[in-house]
Amino acid sequence: MTVNFRMDAPQPRLLDQTGQGVIHKPLDRPEGPLKVSGRATYAAETHLPGMAHGVLVTASIARGHVEAIDDSAAHELEGYLGCWNGERFLRNPAQGMAGAAPVQPGDRVDFRGQPIAVVVAETFETARDAARRLRILYSEEDAVTDPAEAEFETKEDADAARAVAEALETAAHRIDATYTTASHAAAAMEPHASIAEWNGDQLTLRSALQMLRFNALELADAMGLERGQVRILSPYVGGGFGSKLGLGPEAVAASMAARDLGRPVRVAMTRQQVFETVLRRSETVQRLRLAADSGGRLTALAHDNRQFQLLGEGFAEPVPQASRFLYAGAARSYRQDLGRMHRTPSGSVRAPGEAVGQLAMEAAMDELADAVGLDPVELRLRNIPDAHPGTGTRFSAHGLEACLIDGAARFGWDRRAGPRARQEGDWLIGMGMAGAARPNMLVPSEARVTLAGDRATVETDMTDIGTGSYAILSQIAAEMLGLPAENVTARLGDTDLPGASGSGGSFGAGSSGSSVFLAAKDLRGQIAALMGAAEDGLTLKDGLARAGNVEKRLADLIAEPIAATAKIEKGEMAKETHQSGYGAHFCEVAVHALTGEIRVRRFEGTFAAGRILNEKTARSQCIGGIVWGIGAALTEELVHDARTGQPVTRDLASYHVPAHADVPQIGVTFLQERDDAANPIQAKGVGELGISGAGAAVLNAVANATGVRLRDYPATPDRVIAALAAAGL
Amino acid sequence: MKPFEYIRAEGIDEAGTAAAGGATLIAGGTNLLDLMKLQVAAPGTLVDIGHVPGLGDIEETAEGLRIGALVTNSALAADPRVRKGWPVLSRAILSGASGQIRNRATTAGNLLQRTRCPYFQDPASPCNKREPGSGCPAKGGVSRMTAILGTSENCIAAHPSDMAVAMTLLEAEAEIRAAAGTVRHLPLGDLYRVPGDQPDEETTLQPGEIITAVHVPHVPAGSVQAYRKVRDRASYAFALVSVAGIVRMEEGRMAEARLAFGGVGTKPWHDAEADALLTGRRPSEALFGEAAQLVLAGARTEEGNAFKVPLLSRTMKAVLRELTGAAPASPGTDRTEAYA
Amino acid sequence: MQITLTVNGETRDMDLDPRVTLLDALRDHLRLTGSKKGCDHGQCGACTVLMDGRRVNACLVLAAMAEGAEITTVEGLGRPGSLNPLQQEFVACDGFQCGYCTPGQIMSATGMLAEARDGWPSHVSESLAGPVALTDGEIAERMSGNLCRCAAYPGIRQAISNCAGTSAEAAKEAAE
Repeated sequence: MTVNFRMDAPQPRLLDQTGQGVIHKPLDRPEGPLKVSGRATYAAETHLPGMAHGVLVTASIARGHVEAIDDSAAHELEGYLGCWNGERFLRNPAQGMAGAAPVQPGDRVDFRGQPIAVVVAETFETARDAARRLRILYSEEDAVTDPAEAEFETKEDADAARAVAEALETAAHRIDATYTTASHAAAAMEPHASIAEWNGDQLTLRSALQMLRFNALELADAMGLERGQVRILSPYVGGGFGSKLGLGPEAVAASMAARDLGRPVRVAMTRQQVFETVLRRSETVQRLRLAADSGGRLTALAHDNRQFQLLGEGFAEPVPQASRFLYAGAARSYRQDLGRMHRTPSGSVRAPGEAVGQLAMEAAMDELADAVGLDPVELRLRNIPDAHPGTGTRFSAHGLEACLIDGAARFGWDRRAGPRARQEGDWLIGMGMAGAARPNMLVPSEARVTLAGDRATVETDMTDIGTGSYAILSQIAAEMLGLPAENVTARLGDTDLPGASGSGGSFGAGSSGSSVFLAAKDLRGQIAALMGAAEDGLTLKDGLARAGNVEKRLADLIAEPIAATAKIEKGEMAKETHQSGYGAHFCEVAVHALTGEIRVRRFEGTFAAGRILNEKTARSQCIGGIVWGIGAALTEELVHDARTGQPVTRDLASYHVPAHADVPQIGVTFLQERDDAANPIQAKGVGELGISGAGAAVLNAVANATGVRLRDYPATPDRVIAALAAAGL
Repeated sequence: MKPFEYIRAEGIDEAGTAAAGGATLIAGGTNLLDLMKLQVAAPGTLVDIGHVPGLGDIEETAEGLRIGALVTNSALAADPRVRKGWPVLSRAILSGASGQIRNRATTAGNLLQRTRCPYFQDPASPCNKREPGSGCPAKGGVSRMTAILGTSENCIAAHPSDMAVAMTLLEAEAEIRAAAGTVRHLPLGDLYRVPGDQPDEETTLQPGEIITAVHVPHVPAGSVQAYRKVRDRASYAFALVSVAGIVRMEEGRMAEARLAFGGVGTKPWHDAEADALLTGRRPSEALFGEAAQLVLAGARTEEGNAFKVPLLSRTMKAVLRELTGAAPASPGTDRTEAYA
Repeated sequence: MQITLTVNGETRDMDLDPRVTLLDALRDHLRLTGSKKGCDHGQCGACTVLMDGRRVNACLVLAAMAEGAEITTVEGLGRPGSLNPLQQEFVACDGFQCGYCTPGQIMSATGMLAEARDGWPSHVSESLAGPVALTDGEIAERMSGNLCRCAAYPGIRQAISNCAGTSAEAAKEAAE
């Protein structure tokens, strides 16, 4: 029997009453020894007897049709097994939580780099060679590859826009600034890969995916199968960041070829194909208008954006997502202009919305602080709203003020000097800060916990993409069952197990963690019954069950394994409250006055995100997010040729994710918080909170260092010296 | 990658004969294998010269150092003599690639590496260097990493090496062995060709010729050497611009001044007129600016690479300040010492 | 062609297409999948192995070129239950998240510590004269050939630093 739970009301803080003491502890990841010894196996790393090897072929035109594929030259190769394309082939990966196949365009080409066929051979080397031997006949059509030629679909609330315009006219202080952010790639270290294996009409896919419950539906739909005919295995995923939310073209390509060949087929994307094919974050143009009274209190806010998407894709980057609630102001407007282009489609990349929206918004707040003559921390403190400024919904646990105060003290913000006031040789030194927010969500998630003696097993198709799922799910079960964490094993990443939320949107820990909590809570009831006691009189610790003056070893008490399955979904609390994690970033940079190079020297982040389930893995999540912020601010830029739509920075030598040398040691502090509205474990997501606003702290520090404001990101040396030169420096 | 025959050469004669017959030589392979996987390079025969004896040593000669063709970038940068007498060479090498790549990349291979122009690296794009006559999409395209000096209508690809910039600065000569066994020496400035109307011809090497060593002459002790590389991240990235320099000060004047440049030229760039302008003069910001103007007088820019004009000028200024003592030395600027 | 590789002290004979890289030979033929393929072009460092004690990108070496060399992969350092000190520090310092770049980071760090022991300077060394003091900045520069998109960089460097003490002392002794 499954426990079904809706989050309709705050729940008791049971994890504060249990006695095992493993929750929040910075425990090592249980899968760590496998990962550091090279024994954790990723999608492409299972060796199946008779496995053939596939290589994707991508389109070299931006729009048109594939009229013919001539593989006669490939047939000359010994070991060539064939070429597959056709109606089931995917144009691009599914958008997150689609649960149905993405566009299957047949012979139509909609963007350069679109996968159009897979070539399969006995060996990888032969397949790679064969892929280059295909002669592809296209009929080409006019494509829109230049942003300047795109047609835009506009969404705007005219009344809201008018109210903002009126407020701006009468404001004591106003800012009207336009920022541009580059297109970003998730660039997870593991390229997308799948191994398809058929057993009769049953398909098993080993793949690199984040949301298996949805991915199984996508695979079944794409292949014309029933959901029950597919199984997906993703026990270890080499990073996702949104890029593995949806089923990818290589999965279907491998499945098609494997079915026809009657043998397993592996297809791994090349790194270049990952850049060409996998959903990217759109470039944006953002116009920020802020109005404030003489005391720096916001009276109006307009956060408008322009972005790009391929036709047929429903996703749009929710650029102003955090701007809607982070700061006060009565008049608010958010215009979106979505341009349609024949380029690699856009989709979710870590913190869709905040990652670029807060980059601009938090820079504009810094500009407003200058205009008002207020310290940037003080400006933010004066603008923390009491309730959601757009809807009036009450906030659940809200830690922005505490984060700003803690972060400023920890960083030494009081030592910040005026613009261009500190110099060490040719290096200009500056400090900057920014606020952070990322909304919290609860997504249906199911898990089973089995207790056999004093050992427990957690089972759910949740993934661990580096986020720490193995660690926290084990810890939650261990805490609830009174076991050392090492007595709990988590089995994840298999669609034969109960369906989880999957990893995405920072909701994985809260959602899947709650399902494990609820299943374990049910087991506590079962243990209490075995003890002949009431559940609230039961104490579980170190493998011992106590009730009143009775104490038993679980190893003795649980003669036969007991199990419980629980499922959580969102409820009234999601309507009654607005839930978000909050934070504050503080950064010190050095900017070379001549060459325009920027070095991040110090970074401190303070975060309030409800209960922190594992202080070590959560800290790593926040550091990772902060480094993504550094990348967006300084180095990352996915560039397309406007004439052809060709992705040009399509490898890791030209798409610059931050390297070791770009990243200093980073301080991360978590404030004690419980969010009773979020879920029964009072935890909120941290996977995307770190990136939100982090880049703006870097850029605000650059403005403080140089006295010059850059609004075109990333702030590479060419852009920095152009801004310096424009200011006569 | 097309099939090829792999042969491990036992000696230089065998390698030379194979090269004369059209085989492609491989040593470190860090660039060639990269290009073979992209199918930009597709040799029919690959001759591995990595085990050919006699090419892996750094020897002292009366004039300076003879650096064997197979000396790895790591070994060269770490060599105690190089660190003392030719620090700019160590610094340039250490600013390039990664520790792993430097451990494999060889001296001659580094000199002969190909451009990282994205259109050259993508066989789905036209490229005059890859397929003469097909066009140059970098012109009018994404040209951020391309050259502004030595370009032609046909090609604006930048030479990517850092090491070669330092060696150009040091007036190094390549020791070149013909298949017949004869040896000639060639200044690096003459090894490289600018693209002109034959961008596929990158060097003046003749078929069958092998670079067996590089000779680097002494630099007077007491001079200061510097290599400064500006790039899009703090490490592991190709240069937007780089400046190598040697200055010897005497009584407040630059008794000797030499500069060379990376990231801006279709080959490692040197401008003798700029050196002449600086030599004998007292350092000043105005003089540095004049020198930059001279270097950049022939610059032809695209929208995407025009920033290299001010960036090179500003970087030259930063380097010359350090070389002349007007600014404190940062890592990358070192005093030349007697190496023995 | 017949190729004999020496991997983690064992001699392995294989019949391979000359196009097979050392990385693919390890992963697909010897089933040592600890060395990862992140880019196949020497741009990420996930495939780092030791070749005669020095770190190299296995994706940029043909298997045939590695014949005669001693290859060490992450599987040769330690296994669960008997991890070596650096692997243990990576676990303790959370020097990884998704784990995909991790074997490369560990192999690169192993090679890097040997380079520092040998007194090799780096791009950011104040002086080329040595000895090498492995500050956080020095480790960062020397490890920059290993990308980590999860950005576990601070933890990675802490782990390396915790193992570098003996290296630094050895370098100091060598200088004296």
